[in-house]
Amino acid sequence: MSLEVANLSLRKAGKTILSDIGFTAPRGQVTGLIGPNGAGKSTLLAALLGFTPSSGHVRFEDQDLMAMTRRDRARLAAFVEQSANTEERLSVRDVVALGRIPFQSALASANGAEDQAVIAAALAETGMTAFTARRFDTLSGGEQQRVHIARALAQTPHLLLLDEPTSHLDISAQLQLLALLRRKAMAGTTVLLALHDLDLAARFCDHLVVLKAGTLAAEGAPALVLDPALLHHVYGVRARLLHDAFAGHSVIVYDEAIPEALPHNPD
Amino acid sequence: MNHLSLPALTLLLLLSTIAAITFGPADITPSEAWSVILHHFGLLPESPVSRLRDAIVWELRLPRVLTALGIGAGLALAGTIMQALTRNPLADPYLLGLSSGAAFGAVLFLLAGFALLMPLGAFLGSLGALALALLIAQLLGGATPSRAILAGICISALASAATSYLIFWSATGDSYREILSWLMGSLSGSLWADAGLVGAALLLCAPIILVSGRALDAFAFGDNAAASLGIDVPRLRWILLGATALLTGIMVAIGGAIGFVGLVIPHAVRLATGSRHRVLLPHAMLAGAIFMLWTDTAARTLFDPRELPVGIITALIGAPVFLFVLLRYRRMT
Repeated sequence: MSLEVANLSLRKAGKTILSDIGFTAPRGQVTGLIGPNGAGKSTLLAALLGFTPSSGHVRFEDQDLMAMTRRDRARLAAFVEQSANTEERLSVRDVVALGRIPFQSALASANGAEDQAVIAAALAETGMTAFTARRFDTLSGGEQQRVHIARALAQTPHLLLLDEPTSHLDISAQLQLLALLRRKAMAGTTVLLALHDLDLAARFCDHLVVLKAGTLAAEGAPALVLDPALLHHVYGVRARLLHDAFAGHSVIVYDEAIPEALPHNPD
Repeated sequence: MNHLSLPALTLLLLLSTIAAITFGPADITPSEAWSVILHHFGLLPESPVSRLRDAIVWELRLPRVLTALGIGAGLALAGTIMQALTRNPLADPYLLGLSSGAAFGAVLFLLAGFALLMPLGAFLGSLGALALALLIAQLLGGATPSRAILAGICISALASAATSYLIFWSATGDSYREILSWLMGSLSGSLWADAGLVGAALLLCAPIILVSGRALDAFAFGDNAAASLGIDVPRLRWILLGATALLTGIMVAIGGAIGFVGLVIPHAVRLATGSRHRVLLPHAMLAGAIFMLWTDTAARTLFDPRELPVGIITALIGAPVFLFVLLRYRRMT
């Protein structure tokens, strides 16, 4: 009962973007997708969701994710982007209610009782209940991202895919959001998220998938995957791992030379 | 956020229709207007209204009033769809070169001696411009909203230049006046055939647009967000673009390039209803119809016996209303 990807390849305009990717995102765990810019993380997520056609096998809970209708897939898997704003005049409730679209008929005139209950639960879970009536575009970046997560949760997804959901957030909002994803995973959701911050990846993910130039570079538990050799191979940086006895996990220290500031000139 | 209601707007629309029929040089009373309508629907066997006055209501005023209602509804719907599909609040029904293409087609047909086929020329011109704009966008690497808008601007400029060229070399006195009135937008001389055509376009396109309300909401955060909610993005975009083009093409063919209705009505209604399209679309449709009805009534009565092209009035009202809407938007964000 996990997300299983095998032999996934994707070509666009004659160029190979993803080549023979295979990995497993275990059910009830947070799987981190890491790799340098341009490694193909976003493209991989888009392929898994069927936005971009690809070849290969994607199975989830013993179903072929690629062979499903869009609507069925949207009832199973939800997606949150880096940051998404809108010009539309929508309240927080309106945005979260978008998550019910895969479950509603086009002719339904309003959200039904079940929709209302799911929307209220999603708002509560993300701590956004107090913001229900606020206009979405008046919220801070961290609040907006929590609303997007609530919108995704309103899809009652078994699989939650996120593309760098923390990249525009301050550190406290990042920690809150990742803690929320861990709670969802512990409750049985399969979570796969692209991340840039390797320390956060090491700390919050149970499982890591490392991409480099459209190929799979490594897969496994953070403690096994994140080592100086891999970081040098994938990112081209020199790094050491220091064990933080207090936190009980490793932190990454980068040994790249940083140009010193010029000495102050009294003239 | 909802300060409007569909039943209230519908009632206002019915009252406005009867009221608008009574405006004009011949003093028609509301009860006379009612009697004529009921009589022609066979609900009132003996009409108390004289033949002449019956003809004024049934042959002149009613077709024109209905044409105005239909065009207002159609333009408001088309504008709302264009704004949602391009995620651009400045979008209007004419965005993708539709009106300039229509003007070119209409002027071409008129100058070629097919004055009666002007609406057909306008319709073909608008569809041609849209097809060309989308083709260019596709050649630029895929018909995304921003590419389609840029291509539309290009086609629009080209079609306007071609229209000016035609007018400059070929138009004389009478055709000049006719072209000018058409370019400014006018419902003068609307017949039952016009009302019928507008009504048919609405009957065909409005249901498609109205049932897409929920799916359109999914576009608020872009194509990927919509796709992740189970929407077939390319398919829905093509269907709605097709329906909008057909609707706008016919509205422009009958009424000329009436400006501002498709831009301002969606914004003004959105202030009252919010952006949920399931709510916004039917409200915008009714509000557009009522707005068009009263501006056209003003166009034909204010300077009686001369008629003002209604496009002048919609622009005169539309521009300040748009400014007001912009100010309200800013204050509320």
